[in-house]
Amino acid sequence: MSSPAPEPLAPEAAPLSTASGRPGQLVRRELRRRGSVKISLVIIGLFLVMAAAAPLLSALGGWSPDAFDKSAVDPYLGGTPLGPLGGISADHWLGVEPVTGRDLFARVVHGAQVSLLIALTATAIVVVTGTAAGIAAGYFGGRTDALLSRLMDLTMSFPSLIFMIAMMSVAKDVNRILLMTAVIGLFGWPGVARVVRGQTLSLKHREYVDAARVGGSGPWRILTRDVLPGVAGPVIAYTTLIIPGMIATEAALSYLGVGVRPPTPSWGQMIAESVSFYDTDPMYFVIPSACLFLTVLAFTLLGDALRDVLDPRGSRA
Amino acid sequence: MIRYTLRRLVAVVGVLIAVAAVTFTIFYVLPSDPAAAACGKSCSTERLEAIRAHMGLDEPVWRQFWDFVSGIFTGRTMGSGRYTLHCHFPCLGYSYENSEAVWDLLVDRLPVSASLALGAAVLWLVLGLSAGVVAALRKDTLVDRALMVGAVGAASLPVYFTSMMLIYGLIRVAGLLPYPRYVSFADDPAHWASNLLLPWLALALLYAAMYARQSRSSMIETMAEPYIRTARAKGLPRRTVVVKHGLRAGMTPLLTLFGMDLGGLLAGAVITESLFGLPGIGRLFYGALTTGDQPVILGVTLLAATFIVVANLAVDLLYAVVDPRVRL
Repeated sequence: MSSPAPEPLAPEAAPLSTASGRPGQLVRRELRRRGSVKISLVIIGLFLVMAAAAPLLSALGGWSPDAFDKSAVDPYLGGTPLGPLGGISADHWLGVEPVTGRDLFARVVHGAQVSLLIALTATAIVVVTGTAAGIAAGYFGGRTDALLSRLMDLTMSFPSLIFMIAMMSVAKDVNRILLMTAVIGLFGWPGVARVVRGQTLSLKHREYVDAARVGGSGPWRILTRDVLPGVAGPVIAYTTLIIPGMIATEAALSYLGVGVRPPTPSWGQMIAESVSFYDTDPMYFVIPSACLFLTVLAFTLLGDALRDVLDPRGSRA
Repeated sequence: MIRYTLRRLVAVVGVLIAVAAVTFTIFYVLPSDPAAAACGKSCSTERLEAIRAHMGLDEPVWRQFWDFVSGIFTGRTMGSGRYTLHCHFPCLGYSYENSEAVWDLLVDRLPVSASLALGAAVLWLVLGLSAGVVAALRKDTLVDRALMVGAVGAASLPVYFTSMMLIYGLIRVAGLLPYPRYVSFADDPAHWASNLLLPWLALALLYAAMYARQSRSSMIETMAEPYIRTARAKGLPRRTVVVKHGLRAGMTPLLTLFGMDLGGLLAGAVITESLFGLPGIGRLFYGALTTGDQPVILGVTLLAATFIVVANLAVDLLYAVVDPRVRL
């Protein structure tokens, strides 16, 4: 990742502070200058398409994620895939699972669907509740602030991963995907809330907010029109930076066997299953791991760039 | 300072009771019947009732919770008649699986998890902070770029991936290290370290990467402060400026992070311990999950919460020592 050479300033380029109109354009121009943003956007886009079009893609590959193919594995070698690199062939694009012969391409694609759906929905829950709680605590202050801050401290004192694992293992007959999203979402909001609370506190007595108040705006209007846009930048940057953690958490839960139930595939679960075959069929381990690694990496790079552009002073301190 | 500490300690106890209450409610109110599980498949109704009574499951939930909490402070007697058990202070109940006291199980396993956590913490602090500081001091050079690309990459690797790679590379292919087998530090410090080296590395890599990123940005910010320029301008050698003025202020923000991570390390230990077969609390927890051993699950959750709040308290107190601007 070499940084692109700084573009020569065109003579008509205005100084940044008064640069052409809307702040959105400024942000986009800043982002476009970074090579890592392009790479990460391409990777994220690829996986999102993969997740969204999973049934279509696996149909294109010719295998459903749960279909067994005994002809692709060698029954005399403990069910190791036939052929090189874990059975990669024209028939099975990414090879097959040992023993069962299920198509890895179909499983990885459907796994992307489960992993990303859970991670992104959990992130949405975290961001919405966190922003609401943070704005309320920062703007209204007093008892609201005290109560919400105590609640944040309490939530942060929970051993979240241990607790998530325990909760997932106790609950039996519920929709696993829904439960997992809720459980992961439950513990993330204090982080966002703290960022937003701090930002709101610093915005609350700016002149333009006071002006709106004097002008007769009610609290709802001030919050949505004046405060919310002010906290949006840090929140967007923070959101992108917590997505990798969400993906990793989902993978860890599935890895430990308390996530989605087989035969529904997810990356973490595939990696867990592949561990016992790492010696005989390393590709089985490599493929879901590479997907997980690339997605997490891409979101981290994008989050870094967004933070540099949108929240240069780092409101998380 | 003393008043502050006392006030915080009271808050710590409050938080722990709240954590216990929430955990307790979820695990005991959710529709699962530990008595039936303990009793087995062919179970008569009387036997089931006896087990229920023994476990205290026939009592209302608030009563069970009260017994549980007071048991922690005073010990308690469980069951009646032939099945009476006295659970000594601090009582966390008995494991459904092997009828051992949960407290004893935890104490038994603690040295393994503590060895794993502390060794990994030392390793990631050394690796992460030195990489971060070097990158910050050589900002925008090739060294900085290489370190940061490495850090972003390493931060994206899940613990189990790193572990498998290390097992495969260092044990299977290179044969450099033995497959980890826990040896007590008191018995043989050298073997203790050589056996734990791999789990330490696996657990530390992710954190080292995060700390490298954090310490770099924190150090860059500090080195741009006016007082650093003053220190340089009055002719202090660069070394003194970096070590005495820069590091102290630059590393303080990482203390908070360190407290939280150290407190939360027990969760990372669940995966690491089960992959490397170390008999620590993480594996105890994982085992309890698969058998539905609720007292053990509750005990580990409480212990983990205790670690987190105590680590946070320790960090807040340390701040007063490290950062002269903080007055408690």
